[in-house]
Amino acid sequence: MKFFHLIWCNLKRKKLRTSLTLLSIVVAFVLFGFLSAIQQALVGGVEMAGADRLIVRHKVSIIQLLPVSYEARMDRIAGVDFATHQTWFGGIYQDPKNFFMQNPVEPEKFLQMHPEIILPPEQEKAWLATRTGAIVGRRTANRFHWKIGDQVPIQSTIWTRPDGSHTWEFDIVGIYDGKDKGTDTTPMFFRYDYFDEARQAWGKGQVGWYTIRIKDPSQAAEVAKRVDAEFENSPAETKTEPEGAFIQGWAKAIGNIVLIVAAILGAVFFTILLVTGNTMAQAVRERTGELGVLKAIGFTNGRIVGLVLAESCLLTVLGGTLGLGLAWLVISRGDPTSGLLPMFFFPTRDLLIGLGLSVVLGLVTGIFPALQAMRLRVADALRRM
Amino acid sequence: MAGPINWFSQIASITKFGLLSIPQRRGAVVATVIGIAGVVTVLVGVLSIAAGFRQAMTVSASPDGAIVLRSGADSEMVSGFGRDETRVIADSPGVARTAQGPLASAELFVIINIPKRSTGTDANVPLRGVEPAALLVRDNLKIIRGRMFDWGKDEVIVGRGAAQEFAGLEVGSKIKVGRYEWPVAGIFSADGGVAESEIWTDAKVLQDAYNRGDSFQSVSVRLNSPGAFQQFKDSLTSNPQLNVKVVRQSEYYAEQSETITRLITTLGYLIAFLMAIGAVFGALNTMYSAVAARTREIATLRALGFGSSAVVVSLMLESLLLALVGGILGGGLAWLAFNNFHTSTMNWQSFSQIAFAFKVTPELLVRGIVWSALIGLIGGLFPAIRAARLPIAAALREL
Repeated sequence: MKFFHLIWCNLKRKKLRTSLTLLSIVVAFVLFGFLSAIQQALVGGVEMAGADRLIVRHKVSIIQLLPVSYEARMDRIAGVDFATHQTWFGGIYQDPKNFFMQNPVEPEKFLQMHPEIILPPEQEKAWLATRTGAIVGRRTANRFHWKIGDQVPIQSTIWTRPDGSHTWEFDIVGIYDGKDKGTDTTPMFFRYDYFDEARQAWGKGQVGWYTIRIKDPSQAAEVAKRVDAEFENSPAETKTEPEGAFIQGWAKAIGNIVLIVAAILGAVFFTILLVTGNTMAQAVRERTGELGVLKAIGFTNGRIVGLVLAESCLLTVLGGTLGLGLAWLVISRGDPTSGLLPMFFFPTRDLLIGLGLSVVLGLVTGIFPALQAMRLRVADALRRM
Repeated sequence: MAGPINWFSQIASITKFGLLSIPQRRGAVVATVIGIAGVVTVLVGVLSIAAGFRQAMTVSASPDGAIVLRSGADSEMVSGFGRDETRVIADSPGVARTAQGPLASAELFVIINIPKRSTGTDANVPLRGVEPAALLVRDNLKIIRGRMFDWGKDEVIVGRGAAQEFAGLEVGSKIKVGRYEWPVAGIFSADGGVAESEIWTDAKVLQDAYNRGDSFQSVSVRLNSPGAFQQFKDSLTSNPQLNVKVVRQSEYYAEQSETITRLITTLGYLIAFLMAIGAVFGALNTMYSAVAARTREIATLRALGFGSSAVVVSLMLESLLLALVGGILGGGLAWLAFNNFHTSTMNWQSFSQIAFAFKVTPELLVRGIVWSALIGLIGGLFPAIRAARLPIAAALREL
């Protein structure tokens, strides 16, 4: 620690060069944070999946509906705690750009199935008492400035009411929060009984997919097999898989995001590596003479290497911290695409990876100049003064 | 006084001098050039995804094509018609006719699960039931392997993109739709359009398999001329028997691709913009050190009577040249790496998979090079101004 002052003064020597290098490092880490959030938004749902939940959908494709009578049959299958269903409503609020999900559910079972949804008890009571009631996540409520007691009209692209209109009115009776920051609080949920009664003949008694809570998560594969066997050779055969695999399937359908993000980050860090490495190399070259003096007064090779590495690490860690902080500020302002990425946040894990990366960046960029400094022979170095 | 000519020759000589000194500071120069190349590669690469997607969607549209959906539906997936309605639509004014009847195809559109080759996980592949007129409505469709399916038979043809992206869609293999197994009769191309991601069969066959009775989801028509659209639309929307939405094919596909192109372009620009800021810092660093290394030379030139504007312009030229090299390098790299890279993604409007290829268009390359030039100019400006402001006497004293 006693050399901190020396390192700091060395960095300050060429203020302009140091600050420009620092700024490029800051930018790289802002990008790192930003891309982590994008990746989290697109594929992070998998981590939020309940290990004790299975998703049952129609075997041919998700758009085909399953009979509502399956629920009682599922409840009887060994290993199943209970089952409940959801259906894709496909509604539009004012403009198709305002996308968010709305699904009809069975309120009590739904809340029991999804403990990650935190709804105050009095709001839950109101939901159970109001047929046209709906609960909406905090994010969407904030986005459209909805309050409890508001009535919101939603145009369904799929479901027609008996009078032929597509406009469904819902009363907001509750606003829920997520248990942790990865919980998606954009969807709206409303009552299946209201939905089923009000929709036109087509699709009545049919639901989109089922969620099953199983008694023992380690039995997931066996239970899934039993569920599919139960409905085999019926007009609506099922495909059952753990919730995580189901969500992953969607993420993979969008494309190989992880690879694309990794490629971009690779390009960014390679570039920054060059810029920082170049700065350090220049700095060491300029200071050949001084390094010679330090060695002459008894600095060991290890100490010289340490000094150079400490300098490069100080630069990158400083830049990394600033960049990650800035990214955190930008990301907490929310989804830049207004609604396409509901789970847009900076995961703590990636924040730590980012900090680790800044240290690695410092070591990698500093190591060659440091070795160069170490190999200096005192006499040669002093002669160059 | 030879004024301008003298000025130009001053610029030329300082620039030449600067460029010749590049080998002495190759580390910094290489870092800048590669930094800028990185920005351009990422910008062009990300935007080529959006361009490819949009292209796949728009080549599908012919100017005289229109599509009719139930009003309120935003994709075929959620639309629906009975046979009577599709008949009225087909017989409307403005629809082109041949001896066999109107060029209108009432269609069904569903998705089925087929594993993706790359990941082995299920993907939603669109399955379209068509009527015989479909091949005249979309005249860019060509069978490239095998043959057309027989009407009324349980057979399918598969788009070239789908055959490439998803497993088990070769001629002769069978696809499983619920309890049915349908052989693949042929593979078709459609000029790279969105139809290439689909599987086609006879609408009647699909109606039976999906218990759809005699219902359809959309009607695709070919009009007499692009100008006949208004007449066609008016006659349908004023018909009290119908409750429909009529759109041109081009508009329909543009709407379908909007979500995903918006997502990719917003993110692409944001990422590239941030990277560009980083690259500007890199370029500034290089040019500042270039100026610092040449303090004496520049001062000598100024003392010899070279103008300060000539110094500014030539330093900016030098930075611009370096940036352009980076830009061209980056554009070329993006073109090599991404052009025609085949992949598939989900169309968020219908949850179905669309196979497409990244397209590095000339327009994107130009955009990338313009960005690199801007980075170069900004990166050169401040160091150049500093060089021009050097107090000559003090700089010479450093000798």
